Amino acid sequence: MKNLKYIALALFIGFYQNTSGQQTPAPAQSEVISVTGATAHIGDGTVIENCTLVFENGKISALGAGVSPQGRVINATGKHVYPGFIAPGKSLGLIEINAVRASDDQDEIGSLIPHVRSLIAYNAESKVVESMRPNGVLIGQITPQGGRISGTSSIVQFDAWNWEDAAVKVDDGIHLNWPNTFRRGRWWLGEDRGYQPNKDYQEQVEEVLSFLKNARVYGNGQGAPVNPAFEASQGLFNGSKRLYVYAQDEKQIVDAITSLKETGIDKMVLVGGYHAHRVTDLLKKHNIPVLVNFTHTLPEFDDDDYDFTFKLPKMLVDAGLLVALQNAEASNFQTRNLPFYAGQVVGQGLDKEVALQLISGNSAKILGIDDSYGTLATGKSATFFISEGDALDMRGNQLTHAFIDGREISLETHQTELWKRYMGKYNAD
Amino acid sequence: MKMKYFVLAFAWLSTCTLFSQDYFPKNDGVKAENNNYTALTHARIYVSPSQVIEDGTLLIRNGKVVSVGTNVNIPANSVRIDLKGKYIYPSFIDVYSTFGVEQPKRPSGGGRSAQYDPSREGFYWNDHIMPEADAINSFTYNDKDAKALREAGFGVVNSHIQDGIARGSGVLIALRAEGNDAERIVDDNSAQYFSFDRSIIKNQSYPTSLMGAMALLRQMYNDASWYQKGMVATKDRSLEALIENRGMMQIFAAGDAGHVLRADKIGDAFGVQYAILGGGNEFEMIDEIKATNAKLIIPLNFPDAYDVSDPFQADYVALKDMRYWNQAPSNPKVLAENGVAFSITLHDLKSPSELKDKLAKAITYGLSETKALEALTTVPASILGKSDLIGSLQAGRYANFLITSGNVFDKETTLYENWVQGQKHIVNPMDQKDIRGTYDLRVSGETYELAISGEPSKPKAEIKQDTVKIESKFKYDGDWVTLTLTTPDEEVYRMTARITPGEDNLSGRVLLPNGGDSTFSAAKKAGPEEKSSEKKEEVAGPPVVMPVKFPNVGYGYAQRKTAEDILFRNATVWTGESEGILQNTDVLVRNGKIARIGQNLSPGSAKVIDATGKHLTAGIIDEHSHIAGLAINEAGQNSSAEVKMTDVVDPKDMDLYRNLAGGVTTVQLLHGSANPIGGRSAILRLKWGESADKLIFENSPKFIKFALGENVKQSNWSSNSRFPQTRMGVEQVFVNYFQRAKEYDALKKSGKPYRYDEEMEVLAEILNGERFISCHSYVQSEINMLMKVAEKFGFRVNTFTHILEGYKVADKMAEHGVGGSTFSDWWAYKFEVNDAIPYNAAIMASEGVTVAINSDDAEMSRRLNQEAGKTIKYGGMSEEEAWKTVTLNPAKLLHIDDRVGSIKVGKEADLVLWNAHPMSVYAKAEKTLIQGVTYFDLEEDKALREAIKKERSQLVKMMIDEKNGGSKTQRPVQRKKERFNCDSL
Repeated sequence: MKNLKYIALALFIGFYQNTSGQQTPAPAQSEVISVTGATAHIGDGTVIENCTLVFENGKISALGAGVSPQGRVINATGKHVYPGFIAPGKSLGLIEINAVRASDDQDEIGSLIPHVRSLIAYNAESKVVESMRPNGVLIGQITPQGGRISGTSSIVQFDAWNWEDAAVKVDDGIHLNWPNTFRRGRWWLGEDRGYQPNKDYQEQVEEVLSFLKNARVYGNGQGAPVNPAFEASQGLFNGSKRLYVYAQDEKQIVDAITSLKETGIDKMVLVGGYHAHRVTDLLKKHNIPVLVNFTHTLPEFDDDDYDFTFKLPKMLVDAGLLVALQNAEASNFQTRNLPFYAGQVVGQGLDKEVALQLISGNSAKILGIDDSYGTLATGKSATFFISEGDALDMRGNQLTHAFIDGREISLETHQTELWKRYMGKYNAD
Repeated sequence: MKMKYFVLAFAWLSTCTLFSQDYFPKNDGVKAENNNYTALTHARIYVSPSQVIEDGTLLIRNGKVVSVGTNVNIPANSVRIDLKGKYIYPSFIDVYSTFGVEQPKRPSGGGRSAQYDPSREGFYWNDHIMPEADAINSFTYNDKDAKALREAGFGVVNSHIQDGIARGSGVLIALRAEGNDAERIVDDNSAQYFSFDRSIIKNQSYPTSLMGAMALLRQMYNDASWYQKGMVATKDRSLEALIENRGMMQIFAAGDAGHVLRADKIGDAFGVQYAILGGGNEFEMIDEIKATNAKLIIPLNFPDAYDVSDPFQADYVALKDMRYWNQAPSNPKVLAENGVAFSITLHDLKSPSELKDKLAKAITYGLSETKALEALTTVPASILGKSDLIGSLQAGRYANFLITSGNVFDKETTLYENWVQGQKHIVNPMDQKDIRGTYDLRVSGETYELAISGEPSKPKAEIKQDTVKIESKFKYDGDWVTLTLTTPDEEVYRMTARITPGEDNLSGRVLLPNGGDSTFSAAKKAGPEEKSSEKKEEVAGPPVVMPVKFPNVGYGYAQRKTAEDILFRNATVWTGESEGILQNTDVLVRNGKIARIGQNLSPGSAKVIDATGKHLTAGIIDEHSHIAGLAINEAGQNSSAEVKMTDVVDPKDMDLYRNLAGGVTTVQLLHGSANPIGGRSAILRLKWGESADKLIFENSPKFIKFALGENVKQSNWSSNSRFPQTRMGVEQVFVNYFQRAKEYDALKKSGKPYRYDEEMEVLAEILNGERFISCHSYVQSEINMLMKVAEKFGFRVNTFTHILEGYKVADKMAEHGVGGSTFSDWWAYKFEVNDAIPYNAAIMASEGVTVAINSDDAEMSRRLNQEAGKTIKYGGMSEEEAWKTVTLNPAKLLHIDDRVGSIKVGKEADLVLWNAHPMSVYAKAEKTLIQGVTYFDLEEDKALREAIKKERSQLVKMMIDEKNGGSKTQRPVQRKKERFNCDSL
């Protein structure tokens, strides 16, 4: 018993030292700043060469090729300016180290728990969150994981003292994992080990629909006694919250959209969409945007094209859908590779500026934060970065400056500090 | 009372047996013998599959064949049975049966902690080795099962306990109903059995993997010869049994074509030729199967068609599985045509009664009837070494034979009798009249149409009145017909009739609905309809069998790829040598090698590829991969140096093809990191379409995987009972094993006798500088520790793989001379990777360490070009140095840089043609070559995509037809490959 206590204590101390944030959040913007001479990638599909970007009080005040600089000038000639990239569907700040259970706050028990909120558990000082910034990923949708309805997400920016500081949009959406049509055979009951049709699919779908129907009529009643799950769902019916539906195969997608539309859900987003390219008409008809799977995954089926996951986003864009990328199924630390997921689609023939939209302008629209974020425009938040080269390519993604709401954030991390410390050691030897 | 007399009478009749137990006292009567002959005359007799006698006589006595032929002298004391028009076959034999032998059952429940030690005393150290198990001790004759086997045509089966890796000896049983085990047991030490599957009732951890089971078998044989030499002071009843059983036939339950090859290889190493149980998929690699020279035991486990009527669900079934459904019934034919001797087993069938249909299917798919008969008679007899006793009907053999109405493989043929050791078992009454046909049935003033059809001995009946079907029940048993008819008004008529010889019409008594009785009659109008067989002939024709692809999966090639001479014209060439990056340069590939590099080269006969605007590089080498492995970790012990990844290569893994599409040509298939001393590596060339053995890099340098940190100390396991549980313990494991290996090697070199220990042999190779270590490593303390241990034992660690804190001890690594093979940017997944930084590669390189970027991941492996690009972003490596982290540097770390890794005259032509800068996220591999063979080509890939679509739709249609034709189907299944990384157990 005694031993255990010591072990716990030791773990805590070690852990505490290792997980404290390294960089101090930047103070509010105090002067007018202008970035000049840059190639500005707007995030809406357009580019402005030799652009000057002026921002003050955290907002972009002027932008264009002929704009005269004011205040402090950052010469970005030959460099590139991008809006801060946006990462949907992640549990960044909810889990620090995958294998350490004590650091895991991403998956609450229970199946239908929209009342569980990510924001209050978000660790603004996470070292993993910090490591997003040097690659240009500045905003994330912090999302509970697991279960059928995992909980409610919030959108944060990645330079904050605490979760209240971090919040960009509180309780923005509810996340629903649509039942699987296939599931692994219960081999211990003598079934084939492979994936087989889920016999409980219909029943599981009914459970979801019944929950949502009840949640809706609950809103018409007195609301007493309070049902926390129904209460938390009200935003779905008045348009204040989006429903993020995770569905991959054709049947799942068709079932989800068709049946959810009938429950009175106002704003819905398809997340995943492995077979979304087969049902683009349906998606268009109902105006459903897609947060499509990231490109750095293997094809799901042996007979799929080897580059299927690389080109799926392009297929959806070509069909006229509103599309952005998410990497919900990857480890959080991978999220810093978001720009390269988009770059991968360019290799499949998608225009570079359109690929950029998949992690900036389109993402903001889909998440409902496009009034301030996602593109570079006068009046919008000055949340952007300057890169030495093409930020969608590994070799070009070299940030010199990054700003969140006009605050010039540090591009150092726990990792850059270790790099410098050890290079210092060797250079001194 | 009467019953008793009947039984006695039968028993007396059946004493015409082989072994009259004449020294047994008899107290229930007087002793009496029956030495009469039985002569079966005028039959068509298959003495053996290749020797057929028309109008022959089979003379038997005391359970054995006395003589057979057309001119047999029939002694006066013979009971004659006239079999005119009938056929006699030797009865069938199953080599791989569980008949009568109690099989262990998997215990329910789980959650036990790991058990590393054996549970037995006085036996081999591993509980899964049980050569001392004798099936005879668990044998109880069960006539219900025997009857089912006899009805399927079997006379003798060979049974054993199907559990464990060494399974002990089998028992050969004659399936006679009467008599006792003294007569039935033909051989209680009929064969010795092995498999790769651990016992389901033993908990000892080792082996957890296929390669562990293979290593265990090898060590078992080595230990047996050491024991046999009298070098072991203690008693080992397992090894004693193994040694004793050496004289028997040796049978290996492999259960899969690839495993057949694996088993045969083990046998070859120890001078044992196993007869091997296959999996039904041998046709996929028939050349390799043939080369084993093993006799096979083949199940007819042809899969049912998938129910693909729901297109959403059909999506989930891979082409390879659809195609396998289509091809599997041709397996026996392909084996036969390639001269592979094989027997057929009931194993993997749901019941013996399925055999007839499955055989018919195999024959429809081209298996000759002679070969089919051999597979059921002479071949199993020879596998069992009992050809002089069973499998044919020459004089002196057991009188084990079948009497049938015709060709035993015809669907319409009736099996009348199955004689075992001269004892008759009636399956269907022989002289029963064929009453099939249509009749006018007259009952109580009404006339109906009665149609009797189906098998002659088990016919079905249907009754109609004015084309309306009338409910009825029908039975034909012995000479009696019973028929119950229920009219639409629910009136029931119950009829019985005895069949009269020479009379086609039926007549008899009928019990009326009102309780009275009367007579009925049925006048025959026509004989049995022949329509069905005519119809069959119309549609029959050879079934369509899809060609086998290389490998036999969706993206397999129609033919194996061959080398071409190619001139790449006007490329940007990344030489990886001092020449650097050459613009507008030609590279000539001849005979699989790089012949010339220069400008305006003459192609000669080589194919010219315009590479203008494209980049030509050496093929990518992934130092740390787990693709193409059937298993990754042998986690049953803290050292598993005895296991070999080359034993478990899977050449059908789709990730091989996808890696080629990412420009990867070579990978090191590493053992996992479950234990400090892992297994030996396989260096593979991704030769898509070749066999497992041909994937292995020629004259591979020898490697072994070691591991440190959280995995080996089981930090994230549910069971924490194995040494070591700390990094402190890890050091002690290494020191102890190396010390023992040193002592072992010294003893070996001294010339004194020593116990051959595969594990120690491997570790001694490390000490002697013949084998290189690639060590999974994370934090600086343990990295430093292993270097010091190595230095203490006088060798160097070759590679630290992962090496995420390598940057903290890069100077020490450079001094030690070890290379680093790392992730570009992974971290935060475990506690020990808290300080992992993406600058690691650049820092190590700056200190002079040879640095590679690896994947440990099937997805990342196919984008290693991009991962190399990240070393430019993180730490600012030059483009040329960055590119070397996935080509020349891993080649150096693997000691194959004299052959691959750069573009240099004389090196092997492992090349990739890219449409853009190779480290750009936008680049695509257009062609990937290994030794001048184009294993991936973007254009060909397009054609494959189309071919897949076409073949899928063909097979879907065939399966829908199959379902509509009334055949059984199975639910759609997606057989997802399990993807491995270091931690996979």
